[in-house]
Amino acid sequence: MTTLDIIQIILFFALLIGLTPVLGNYMYKVFTGSKHFMMSAFGWLEKLTYKIIKVNPDEETNWKSYTFSLIMFNLVGFVFVFLIQLFQAQLPLNPANLPNVSWHSAFNTAVSFMSNTNWQGYAGETTLSYFVQMMGLTVQNFVSAATGIAVLIALIRGISRKTTDKLGNFWTDLTRSTLYVLLPLSILFAIVLTGQGVVQNFNSYETVQTIEGASQVLPMGPAASQIAIKQLGTNGGGFFNANSAHPFENPTPFSNFLEMLAILLIPAALTYTYGKMVGSTRQGWTIFTAMTILLIAGLSISLYAEYSANPVFGHLPLMEGKESRFGITNSVLWSTVTTAASNGSVNAMHDSLSPLAGLVAMLNIMLGEIIFGGVGAGLYGMVIFIILTVFIAGLMVGRSPEYLGKKIEAFEVQMAIIAILAPSFVILLFSAWASVTQAGLSSLNNAGPHGFSEILYAYSSAAGNNGSAFAGLNANTLFYNLTLGIGMLIGRFGVIIPVLAIAGNMAKKKVTPSSAGTFRTDNWLFIGLLISVILIVGGLTFFPALSLGPIIEHLIMNSGINF
Amino acid sequence: MKTLMISLKIFLFFTILTGIIYPLLVTGIVQVIFPAKANGSLITKNNQTIGSELIGQQFDSVIYFSARPSAVSYNPLPSGGSNFGLTNTRLNVLVAERKQQFITFNQLDSLTVIPSEMLFASASGLDPHISPQAAMLQVVRIAKARNFDQNEKQQLVKLITTLTETPQLGFLGEERINVLLLNLELDHSDEKHFINK
Repeated sequence: MTTLDIIQIILFFALLIGLTPVLGNYMYKVFTGSKHFMMSAFGWLEKLTYKIIKVNPDEETNWKSYTFSLIMFNLVGFVFVFLIQLFQAQLPLNPANLPNVSWHSAFNTAVSFMSNTNWQGYAGETTLSYFVQMMGLTVQNFVSAATGIAVLIALIRGISRKTTDKLGNFWTDLTRSTLYVLLPLSILFAIVLTGQGVVQNFNSYETVQTIEGASQVLPMGPAASQIAIKQLGTNGGGFFNANSAHPFENPTPFSNFLEMLAILLIPAALTYTYGKMVGSTRQGWTIFTAMTILLIAGLSISLYAEYSANPVFGHLPLMEGKESRFGITNSVLWSTVTTAASNGSVNAMHDSLSPLAGLVAMLNIMLGEIIFGGVGAGLYGMVIFIILTVFIAGLMVGRSPEYLGKKIEAFEVQMAIIAILAPSFVILLFSAWASVTQAGLSSLNNAGPHGFSEILYAYSSAAGNNGSAFAGLNANTLFYNLTLGIGMLIGRFGVIIPVLAIAGNMAKKKVTPSSAGTFRTDNWLFIGLLISVILIVGGLTFFPALSLGPIIEHLIMNSGINF
Repeated sequence: MKTLMISLKIFLFFTILTGIIYPLLVTGIVQVIFPAKANGSLITKNNQTIGSELIGQQFDSVIYFSARPSAVSYNPLPSGGSNFGLTNTRLNVLVAERKQQFITFNQLDSLTVIPSEMLFASASGLDPHISPQAAMLQVVRIAKARNFDQNEKQQLVKLITTLTETPQLGFLGEERINVLLLNLELDHSDEKHFINK
């Protein structure tokens, strides 16, 4: 590593910390309905939306109808994306004349983009028309992110309100996060990205004659507009197959830096919004600190793994699956950040990362993507762990557990456990299933423990709604399209529903005033406890599986054995 | 039923807004302020489009600088890497082969340290860059193939230095050189020279 590498990392974190209160405060105003500067630009659009859907934005509902609205809305999105893929050959904006997509691939992709996973079993430039990319996928990039934010905002209301059953209005939250947060940021970001060289047009693919006389077909399309929201909304689904490693998707080190920052921007800022909404920004910064510590720990392990020599390649920098303009440091920073958040876009091929860097990526996802995590999803996942930590701390000191004045009782703990177990269940059981069937094994690109890692990573990515992959695995098969699709559904709604149930239940409770005996949740002791609980739960659940994959691969590689 | 109707209506509205208006708005703006970049940074020579500044090309000829190994042979449909893990025997064999090939092709000493990007395939398979060191190692071979004299060889080394891109804004990314632009410039200067001769 050079000084420049370290400067880039420091600058990345400095900007992240600096932007958190700015954007966080803005989102606080957006979601509490206060006045803010974007109202003059997009206020009319908000009013128009409510007029079209004939909904009173101030009419609040209980957690059950909030959840029901959310599920209906997601269902409509799923059906639409599924159908337009089945008929894309008959639909317009298909200059490359791509054929209709198979039903199981269409199912997988529709679930994937609806659930904010953006796992891609297909290659964009050779599978999907501009029509599907724009009308189907770009739209889901926005609304799946907005859905995640809505769930979080409802949860915060549940925590901060007292003796009510009202959690807010799903349509209002959805509209505000789309119009005031995601859309303006995306427009700005898409323009900046194009300035760096990301393509944005509706031209046909360009056939060129190379210098040596061969012919090369350059894919085109409205890429920048999709990439902007793909990064900001922690979606991650690339316009092109190579995702943000593709020079048309991420052309320069500067575009790379901004795309990386965009991954964590909203999730980080939401911790501040959270603090403001529960009445203590210190609570928000506590969560931010715990997340940052976990992120830096993972990053350090990955950097160490990538920069240390190994008996196979010696001191050669490990450039397999990495781009020259990014080099090792920016590739590893990206791989850590994209899996900590539920983004899943890549600028280097994770399959070719050194075993321990691959382990960090996988573990980040397995822990539930609570290290900043997906927009909204990361923080509501973190609150689940906070509930668990408060509960365990309560057991240790023999007091009834409380969080922000609300009693944590059996119901909350039960729901929290469901939210933690649902994705873990998918990861472990489906990986085991794929590992013992021909349908699962025939898709592998690598032998030995690395092959197992490909499977384990795939189900972690699906259950965690991440979407990145050890992409050697050929996942566009009936078996993987279906099992991964189901995994994504369980991983998304198996968490959202318990979270909203907790929100509904907590909103009903009275607030106990804090006293000298109150267990504090805004100091270093709590940060330590929270991190320990996360690591213990993650470790106990996944250590056996990880030891069969990346851990043993690391040991084997260090003794110079190949498969 | 009421919820379903609301869902359909708001979904339709957002599809129009974020699926049609948003991409069209962005396209409209960037086609005015960054037209060349929005259309793929294409390079034309003698009224023919010969490639994109951003997308690498395969160079096998002895008179050109070679680009990185590519898992898709620089065919962008679709882009991608090898996805080989580090313990994959195929990767090991490939790296050894590429090393031998680079040394023989460029008539180098067998102990020369070959820059890593020339031995490993890129992530996109379309990486347009190599390191300046990797370019320097190819100078002797190209000079020989093009019958360059000592002075012209010096010019070639200078060309590499001129075209080397330093980290963006002084600290972002790696030092690198665009192989396609380098080869175009090489052809260009050689042509000029040819006429002078």
